[in-house]
Amino acid sequence: MRDPVTVRLRVNGVECQGRCEPRKLLVDFLREDLGLTGTHVGCEHGICGACTILFNGEAARSCIMLAVQADGAEILTVEGLMQNGKLHPLQEAFREHHGLQCGFCTPGMLITALDLLQTNPSPTEGEIREGISAVLCRCTGYHGILKAVEAAARTMREA
Amino acid sequence: MSLIGAPVRRVEDARFLTGRGRYVADMTLSRMLHVAFLRSPYAHARIVSIDTRRARELPGVAACVTGDELAPCARPIRAESKMAGYRATEFPALARGKVRFAGEAVAAVLAESRYAAEDALEAIDVRYETLPVIATPEAAMAGDATLVHEAAGSNVLLSRAFVQGDAEAAIARAPVVVGGRFRFHRHAGVTLENRACLADWDAGARELTLWSSTQVPGLLRETLAELLDLPAHRLRVVAPDVGGGFGVKSALYPEEVAVCALARLAGRPAKWVGDRREDLLTSTQAWDETIEAELAVHADGTISALRARVVADVGAYSIHPWTASIEVIQVISFLPGPYRVPHYRGEGWGVATNKAPMGPYRGVGRPVSTFVTEALMDRAARRLGIDPVELRLRNLLRPDELPYRSPSGVVWDSGSFVESLERARDVAEYERVRAEQRRGRDAGRYVGIGVACYVELTGVGSAIPASPGAAINTGTEGATVRVDPGGTVTASFGLACHGQGHETTLAQVVAEELGAQLENVRVIHGDTAAGPAGTGTYASRSAVIGGGAAMLAARALREKALAIAAHLLEVAAGDLTLADGRATVRGAPDRTLTLREIARAAYAGAKRLPKGMEPGLEATRFYDPYFGTASNATHVAVVEVDPETCAVVVRRFVVVEDCGRIINPLIVEGQAIGGTAQGIGAALLEEIVYGDDGQLLTGSLVDYLVPTAAEVPAIEVVHLERPSPTTLGGFKGVGEGGTIGAPAAVANAIADALAPLGVEISELPVTPERLFRLISPGGRPLR
Repeated sequence: MRDPVTVRLRVNGVECQGRCEPRKLLVDFLREDLGLTGTHVGCEHGICGACTILFNGEAARSCIMLAVQADGAEILTVEGLMQNGKLHPLQEAFREHHGLQCGFCTPGMLITALDLLQTNPSPTEGEIREGISAVLCRCTGYHGILKAVEAAARTMREA
Repeated sequence: MSLIGAPVRRVEDARFLTGRGRYVADMTLSRMLHVAFLRSPYAHARIVSIDTRRARELPGVAACVTGDELAPCARPIRAESKMAGYRATEFPALARGKVRFAGEAVAAVLAESRYAAEDALEAIDVRYETLPVIATPEAAMAGDATLVHEAAGSNVLLSRAFVQGDAEAAIARAPVVVGGRFRFHRHAGVTLENRACLADWDAGARELTLWSSTQVPGLLRETLAELLDLPAHRLRVVAPDVGGGFGVKSALYPEEVAVCALARLAGRPAKWVGDRREDLLTSTQAWDETIEAELAVHADGTISALRARVVADVGAYSIHPWTASIEVIQVISFLPGPYRVPHYRGEGWGVATNKAPMGPYRGVGRPVSTFVTEALMDRAARRLGIDPVELRLRNLLRPDELPYRSPSGVVWDSGSFVESLERARDVAEYERVRAEQRRGRDAGRYVGIGVACYVELTGVGSAIPASPGAAINTGTEGATVRVDPGGTVTASFGLACHGQGHETTLAQVVAEELGAQLENVRVIHGDTAAGPAGTGTYASRSAVIGGGAAMLAARALREKALAIAAHLLEVAAGDLTLADGRATVRGAPDRTLTLREIARAAYAGAKRLPKGMEPGLEATRFYDPYFGTASNATHVAVVEVDPETCAVVVRRFVVVEDCGRIINPLIVEGQAIGGTAQGIGAALLEEIVYGDDGQLLTGSLVDYLVPTAAEVPAIEVVHLERPSPTTLGGFKGVGEGGTIGAPAAVANAIADALAPLGVEISELPVTPERLFRLISPGGRPLR
C-alpha cells in the first residue's frame, strides 16, 4: 500500500478530484470515489467492455487503467450522455429497438457506439458489428443493438 | 387495442440507459466491510492447517474467518432429493477438512476495502495435502477411485431410467439403426454481472437483509433461514437489478451463506462482489455429458425406438435446490423430443468429479437432448435417402395426437410441431439452399442446412417439480395487486427479474385485466418483504405462472372496483365497463368514475361502499398451472465451412417459435434471439476446459469465448402464437427455447455441409481444431 495521491480530472463536464491509492483502478475510482456507478465492472481484464468510457474523446476500458493515469483527463461516462434532461439519440434508439435486457453491458455499449459514430457517422452493418464487438452482451444477441445504432446514426446525421 | 400483445417499450430502460440501475455492486451501506475469499489452488486436497494470524494484523482488516470458525454460525448447504437412490452431499460455506475443486473458498477476509481484503488473502497460510484428482466420470467410476465425498460412499450420486415399451427388442428388429457417442462439453453461463451479495445484520431488530444478484430471492430466504438458524420472518432477501441470470443465479451459493454469517459475526454490513475469475471458477456450469444413443427406424422413416445412456460430470457438489440430477435427468426426460417414439429407454448417471458444480443453464438438458436426437434424425435420413425435413414430418406429433404423454411421463398439452417445421422450411427457402448447396459443392464450397425441432415444458406447475426430485415447491406463484388510495396501481410478485422486462410485461397484464392505464401500474419484484411468497424466476415460468397470478388478482380487483362503481353510480355492475382507468355506464359516457375515485371510496369505508363490503382495493391470488405447458420451435441454420481454416460461418438463422399468446412481441423476440445467440456460442465457441489436474484452463474471457456481434448472425424470428389451451391467458414460456434449438441446428448444418466427406458431428462445440481433425484425420488440410 502506498500513500494516497490526489487525482484531478473532468468527468461529464464537471471538475472532480479525489484521493486514492496509486494502484486504484480508474473504474473503481469512478464508482467508489466519485459515486458514478453507471460504469460497470464485468471482467477486470479488458475483454467484456462493460467499463468502457470516453477518455479524452476516445473509447477506453476503465478496468485496465489506473485512476492516476486519468489525472488531468476529460472523461465521459454513461451518466453524462443525457443533455438538458433529454436522452441522447443513442439512448432513445436503444429503448426504441429493445437494445438492452439486463442493462449491465448497456453503459459500455452506449459509449462504444458513441465512439464508433463519432469516428464513422455512417457505418455499414458490418462496421457496426465490428465496432460494437468490443463489448460483450449476453442477453440480446446484438440484434436490437445493431438496429439501435443504425437508427441513432440516422438521427445524429440529421441533427 | 389490447395491452396484452402490444409492443410496449420497456419501463426498465430509463434507468439502465442513464447509468441509474442499481446492482448489488453499486450499493454501499454505512460501516460496510468488503469480503474477499481465499480460494483453493488445488482441485482435491486435504486442508492440514490454516494460519490467519498474519492476515488479521494487516491494516484495514476487520476479520479473517476459516471454515471451522464459520461452521457454528452457518450449516452446510445440503441438496436433498426425493429421488430413489440419490446420495445427498453437503456443500459448506467455507471448506472444512478438504477442498473438492480448484476455486473452492477456504477462508474469508473482511476489510475496509476490497483492495485491503485481497492483500490479506496473500497473508493467509494454508497447508494442503493433495489428494488424487478425479478429473473425469470414467475415473470417478473406476473401482478403486478416490471418493469426492467419503460420506456419500460412491462418486455416482444418482442414476435413473425412463422406460417405455421394449427398446432393446425394437432395435434388434429394426431395419435401420443409427447411433453415436455424443459429447457436449462443459459450458459457462457468463452473466455479464458477476455474482455479488451484501448482507446487513440489524442486531436490534434481530433481522438480516441480504441483497443478492440472484434469480431466486424467495427460495434463498427459506433455505438461509434454516442454515443460519434464523426464523424466515427475520430474513429479507432482495434481488435488486440483476445483470443476467440464465439459470446460473438460480441456486443458493456458499458465498451467500458466508456473507450473511460474516455480517452477523462482524456486526457490520458485509459485501462480496465476485470477479470474472471467481465466476468462471465457481459459478455453476452446464452440460458436460457423454451420450451413447441409438435410434431405430422403419424403412419408411418412422421411429421405432430410441435408446440412450447418459453420463453427466456433475462436478464436486450437488447444488440446492436443483441437486446434481438436474441436467442428466432433463436429458433423459426429453430425448424423445416432439416425436412419436413407441419404445424408449433412457438411462442417466450423475457422477461427482473435482470440478465446479454443475447446475441449470438456459435450456437445462434440452440443448443436449435436442443435439443428440436431431443428429440421429439426420443420420437416419441420410441412411434412408429421405430428406431430413420429410423424415421429421413423418415423425412429429400432430395436433390431433395431443395431449400426448411422452415416454418419460411428461404431458405435451398442445403444440404446433408440424406447422413450425413447415413454416421454417419455407421461410428459410429450404429448396433454394439445397440448390445452392449442390452448385457450391461443384465449386468446392461447403454449404449446409441444418434443422432442429424441439418441444419444452414451460410454466411447470405443481404436478412435478421444476427439477426432478427437488425438495422444494416450484409450481405456484402469487401476485398482490393494489389500487392505491390515489388511484395508481402497485403489483408485487415473488418473481425476480434479471433482464426479462417483467416491470413492463406484468404491468401490461395487470393493466389489461384490471382496466387500468398502463403508465399507472408499477410492478415490484425480487423482494421477499414486498411481494407474496414465491421462489423467483427460472425455468421459463414467469409469464405463465406470474402472469396467471397477475390475471387472477387483477380480475378480482376489477370485479370489486366495478361493484363499488355500480353502487356509487346506482347502476348494475353489468351495465358498466372498466377500461383505461375509468368505469363508465354503457351507453352513457358522461356517467363515469375514474379508478382514483373508486379507490378513494374503497378506502373511505362503510359509508361509501355497498353494504357489507370489506374496505380496501387490494387482492392477492396464487396460480398453479398444474402440469405446465409446451412451447415449441424449429430452428434452421445455414452455414458455410471454410475447408482451409475450418471456420464455420452461420450465414442464416431462422427461428419459428410458438410461445402461445404473446404479451409483448419486442420482448419475445429479444428472448428468442438472445437465447439463440447463446446456443450458437455453445455450438461453435464456448467451452470450459479443465486439465487432468483439475485446474481450470479457461479462467478468463480470453480463453472462454463468448460470441460478439461479429459472430452472431442476423436471426430471423417468426411467431406462431398458438395460445396454450391449459394456462390462464394462453401464455407459454419463452426464456430458454433459443438455446435449446440452436446447437442442434448448427451441428446438423455443419454435418450437412460436410456430408460429402462423411463427417458427422458428435461433439460440441465444433471448434476449428475439432473440425480439422474430423475433416482430415491424417492431418492434411482439405485443399
